[in-house]
Amino acid sequence: MSEEYRAMWEGLGINMRRHDMLLTALPEIFQQIYLGQQQRPEAMGFFDFVVSQIHGIRVKELMDHKAKGGKVFGTFCVYVPDEVIFAAGGIAVGLCGGADFSVPTGEQILPRNLCALIKSAVGFKIGSICPYFQAADVIIGETTCDGKKKTWEILNEYVPTYVMDLPNCRTAADRDLWISELKRFVDKVENVTGNTITPERLAEATALINRKRAAMDRLFELRKARPAPISGLDALLAVQISFYDDPARFAQKTNELCDELAARVQAGQGVAPAGAKRILYAGTPMPIPFWTIPALIEGAGAVVVAEESCTGTRLLAGGQTALPGDGIDRQLAAIADRQLQTNCACFTPNDARIEDILRLAKEYEADGVIHFSLSFCQPYNLEGIRVQKALQQAGIPVLVIDGDYTQEQAGQLKTRIEAFLETL
Amino acid sequence: MLVAGLDIGSRTIALVEWDGAQVMRAEVINTGTDPLANSRRLTQGRAYDRLVGTGYGRHLVAERELADEVMTEIKAYAIGAYHLYPDVQTVLDIGGQDSKVISIGPGGRVLRFEMNDRCAAGTGRFLENMAHALGISVEEFGPHAMEAEGRAVTVSSMCTVFAESEVVSLIARGEDSRRVAFGLHRAIANRTSAMVSRIGLRERFVFAGGVANNPCLRQLFAETLGVPVTVPDNPQILGALGAALHAAQTNV
Repeated sequence: MSEEYRAMWEGLGINMRRHDMLLTALPEIFQQIYLGQQQRPEAMGFFDFVVSQIHGIRVKELMDHKAKGGKVFGTFCVYVPDEVIFAAGGIAVGLCGGADFSVPTGEQILPRNLCALIKSAVGFKIGSICPYFQAADVIIGETTCDGKKKTWEILNEYVPTYVMDLPNCRTAADRDLWISELKRFVDKVENVTGNTITPERLAEATALINRKRAAMDRLFELRKARPAPISGLDALLAVQISFYDDPARFAQKTNELCDELAARVQAGQGVAPAGAKRILYAGTPMPIPFWTIPALIEGAGAVVVAEESCTGTRLLAGGQTALPGDGIDRQLAAIADRQLQTNCACFTPNDARIEDILRLAKEYEADGVIHFSLSFCQPYNLEGIRVQKALQQAGIPVLVIDGDYTQEQAGQLKTRIEAFLETL
Repeated sequence: MLVAGLDIGSRTIALVEWDGAQVMRAEVINTGTDPLANSRRLTQGRAYDRLVGTGYGRHLVAERELADEVMTEIKAYAIGAYHLYPDVQTVLDIGGQDSKVISIGPGGRVLRFEMNDRCAAGTGRFLENMAHALGISVEEFGPHAMEAEGRAVTVSSMCTVFAESEVVSLIARGEDSRRVAFGLHRAIANRTSAMVSRIGLRERFVFAGGVANNPCLRQLFAETLGVPVTVPDNPQILGALGAALHAAQTNV
């Protein structure tokens, strides 16, 4: 694909030498981790294709959109409502920070003892390596953790960065604050796009995002089957792609995947032997191309049946948004109420997340839970202590680990994960 | 029946041959830079009904079809310790580049485990480097520290690289090398004891792995943990023994 898109990348100010290095490394990793899997669903072909064109086709779509005066919003959190952006004719792209490749670049300006996700994301921007980042007219940050909060101030020097104030408690006043933040966000998006968000357009955009969410809900529902009809790696890939693909196309392609999986479930077919251990992943998000943890788990013969993560069930928390027809204010309150069911570790208290994990372990018939947190992610690292205790009390085996995107620790992580699976 | 367990660690490779009733051969060699070739040399000319690989290099020997099956060293140590001491409840294994605490349940089952962080702090490699910095052999390091008779010079760094420069400057300041050595041992014991406490110490407590050969650490663990410390006669082969026993069990 490279030749076709080189001019576009150059136009975006991409550092071509570094970008070439990234695009050379990625197919090899993808091949090694993904293409060797057994019994892959045929419908994964679409998602494989998207990966093979990772900085191509979709970026071209964004550029065409921009050429017609459209705006692109780069986001980092499931609390940033795509509905609002699409309602104003904008496109929301979940920016990733899942590659070790850009971490050293991020460390040129950020402290080393910061989570890999933030360092990777910032590295992509200041190194001019990611065309999605380059294409974004504005970045929407949020106050989920201290690391991000302070990083937005720095990032703002490189690209306009707007910050949403996500409350860290769940009182009525916090809900009011978040609704007011959504209103402020509507103004911002209207300002950037020059378009007015009417209740009708917001309802339409919400229906679109609902369709995408419904397709992913269906995927997660199908993963409850025994034997598991799809590997954790493949399901994760679909979820990762949901962050930047066109929502309508994504919904359609995911539904096609689900049709195939439904047939498998009906026929009792699975990706792993019936006796394979079922693992629930819980913890920090796994942005593309961070596939290490499920690759290690599934490489050891187990199967990941669900991810309690922002690249998993937390993304789908609250289900569909039911919009009242009368007026933006009530619509935004409905969006807020759906969103506030997302149990991010930035909240305190956050017992609901622990309840989620216990419930998911049961629903997905998990043999064990692996809690992974990116190193230096204080909210998830610390919450891991209470998660571990609650699971132990419930008699559910649990392994708590932390790490980053490097290969440095792969040997140790492999031993820990394999030894944990041996105990199940 | 002749089965074998092969434990390919970061510093040593241990082999145990088992005939179903007793250990026929137990050997420990250096891992060197070519663990596969060294493993082949160790098993050369022997025909095993089954060989189980464990340790850091387990997947390497399985990929090259030397091992029929692999298991983690955590499970292997549990099986080996349970075989020697059926009342074992906690195993501490300190090897060349990592340390592990294993909580053992009924039948030698692994209940829980803890591993050190990814660096070499407090492991065999750390001891080796510190002994080198003090100009003595790793075998002499423990006895040398015990000559300090409990008087330690505090070493604050546990990072192998930083501790080495700290040791060099302590010696340059004229500190007694025996006391510096004892300070280093005490630092390891404190750090590792915290890991043991995290998992919950239950007796019988078995200390194995190459570092269990160090008499100063054996004594320090008994003191800091307040329990008797059991060390097998040959603490380096416990993983290979466990793997061999598992091979016998799965050899059908």
